[in-house]
Amino acid sequence: MADREVKLMKGNEVIAHAAVRCGCDGYFGYPITPQSEVMETLMELKPWETTGMVVLQAESEVSSINMVYGGAATGKKVMTSSSSPGVSLMSEGLSYLAACELPCLVVNCQRGGPGLGTIQPSQGDYFQACKGGGHGDYHLIVLAPASVQEMYDFVELGFDLAFKYRIPSMLLADGAIGQMMEKVVLSPQKPRRSDEQIVQECGSWAAHGKGGRKQRNIVTSLFMQPDELEEVNNHLQAKYRQIEAAEVRYEEFMCDDAEYVLVAFGLSARICSATVEMAREEGIKLGLLRPITLYPYPYEPLKKMAERGVKGFMSVELNTGQMIEDVRLAVEGQTPVAHYGRTGGIIFNPESVLEALKNNLLK
Amino acid sequence: MAEVEIKVENLVYAKPRLITDTVMHYCPGCSHGTVHKLIAEVIDEMGLEGKTIAVSPVGCSVFAYNYIDVDWIEAAHGRACAVATAVKRLHPQHMVFTYQGDGDLSAIGTAETIHAAARGENIVTVFINNAIYGMTGGQMSPTTLLGMKTATTPYGRDAGLNGFPYKVSDMLAHLDGVTYITRQSVHTPANVRKCKKAIRKAFENSLAGNGYSMVEVVATCSSGWKLTPVEANKWLEENLLSVYPLGDIKCSNLPK
Ligand SMILES: Cc1ncc(C[n+]2csc(CCOP(=O)(O)OP(=O)(O)O)c2C)c(N)n1
Ligand code: SF4
Ligand SMILES: [Mg+2]
Repeated sequence: MADREVKLMKGNEVIAHAAVRCGCDGYFGYPITPQSEVMETLMELKPWETTGMVVLQAESEVSSINMVYGGAATGKKVMTSSSSPGVSLMSEGLSYLAACELPCLVVNCQRGGPGLGTIQPSQGDYFQACKGGGHGDYHLIVLAPASVQEMYDFVELGFDLAFKYRIPSMLLADGAIGQMMEKVVLSPQKPRRSDEQIVQECGSWAAHGKGGRKQRNIVTSLFMQPDELEEVNNHLQAKYRQIEAAEVRYEEFMCDDAEYVLVAFGLSARICSATVEMAREEGIKLGLLRPITLYPYPYEPLKKMAERGVKGFMSVELNTGQMIEDVRLAVEGQTPVAHYGRTGGIIFNPESVLEALKNNLLK
Repeated sequence: MAEVEIKVENLVYAKPRLITDTVMHYCPGCSHGTVHKLIAEVIDEMGLEGKTIAVSPVGCSVFAYNYIDVDWIEAAHGRACAVATAVKRLHPQHMVFTYQGDGDLSAIGTAETIHAAARGENIVTVFINNAIYGMTGGQMSPTTLLGMKTATTPYGRDAGLNGFPYKVSDMLAHLDGVTYITRQSVHTPANVRKCKKAIRKAFENSLAGNGYSMVEVVATCSSGWKLTPVEANKWLEENLLSVYPLGDIKCSNLPK
């Protein structure tokens, strides 16, 4: 194909390119390692001169997420990116975004915690991303890219899902994927939506000025009447059930005949696929399930594997054991579930994963 | 009650067209409602009904969106200026303003306010300074006067214990991005008229793309101050105005 553009790029850089090319209206961010290249790349690209996209360096992540809240409240396609400590500051804003059902994209290039931790990669924000972080009963759609290409593709996918369900999407990456260079196929430039298109698509709820509308729009999460707020919560929950039924994404690698299954996302999944090949050479029937959506979580395929007699699961994560809780929920006590992980920015290799599998499940 | 028909020639005031029929929740003697009406009149007179996007705070005026008939976004406590920044940048032709109390703006939202102002965002902030947290039951705010009794300064605000109050408008006036900043009140009919002019001027300044504008309104909180409406107006005049004097603080253009 003549217009197929293939480039060698860093994960963080492709986030910026993907944003511009999918017709994003605005980016608001605050520098933090290991993802500052996202905003740096955008500033270099100067999309305000081409597509008209707004790029603004905010004074904090508290501000950048509230800028996203403001932009999203008017129906625009807006995003931010940060790393773990910055995302902690965004938790309040994420709760408001979810409550007001505002579509947007938040990229978290995770680094090691807790506290200031390290600038090295981690998957320690799984709980924060999937189980809350902010207050109240809400969810974000959480996508876990495992390659630079997925970093690129999931920007548009994240926005599409966000607008389809009026929900914030989070791209839960890590410092390694952000810094890693790989080949990436870039998509052709899409135009930003016109004001008329936005009115058509979001005119029933977005506060972009009354214009010709009779009814004004108010974006709020305040509901002082108990039954009113409960209705809002019921509505949100119904939407989450719909998402859980329709949007689970995962990938299986050598699972068909597997007796043992590794469960890993993002960077860990890349490493685990090498472990599977090593194990197979030794005659161990090992498979890998890679959740692509962390919310909604692929409970069903894991449950089915447990039911068909898989002898053990190992949740492999760059943390002390977070996703393992969901693997356990999926198999409902039918099958042993172990965990293997490292922290501090230390990344395990395929050999140590295999050794952990042997120690934990094969003895 | 029988409807009394007022002849057109005798009509001196009517409910502004853009004030909705929702019954206001404000206490008697509260300045919020008066300022809402002024904003509604200015929006209507300037023909901005269709192109205004307003941002409400967390505070007693959290429900401002129920009263002024334009599009609204309810911001988290203190974040209004960050929200408005993005709204205006993405909708440069619209009129974007925030409406915030002293707790919202000068305590939890200090950073968002200062940086929006410093960047010279083309937005207007209407800052209702009643020197107290009205909504949460009358606690000390950063603008509470020394000696003033509140729920969290039951013996009066003490500088050693509670720190000093600060003058938001004077501080913001030092910023290059701020071009119009004025302090007004609505405790007398004459002041109400002046305040309306100031709001109009701020809106015009903003639409002209001349950076950040703020109208501070030294306001009453009769309930928080535990005074009757009349006493509150008097207390404002005798106590607040010497610390927060009325008048324009800055009228300028953005530096070249
Ligand atoms: C994050 C957060 N902290 C605290 C509160 C509680 N709270 C609500 S309004 C308010 C103070 C409001 O005071 P002010 O801005 O002066 O408005 P007023 O009611 O006086 O008009 C506080 C502390 C909150 N809603 N959110
Ligand atoms: S508590 Fe104070 S600020 Fe709030 S409505 Fe009553 S008088 Fe107004
Ligand atoms: Mg107050």
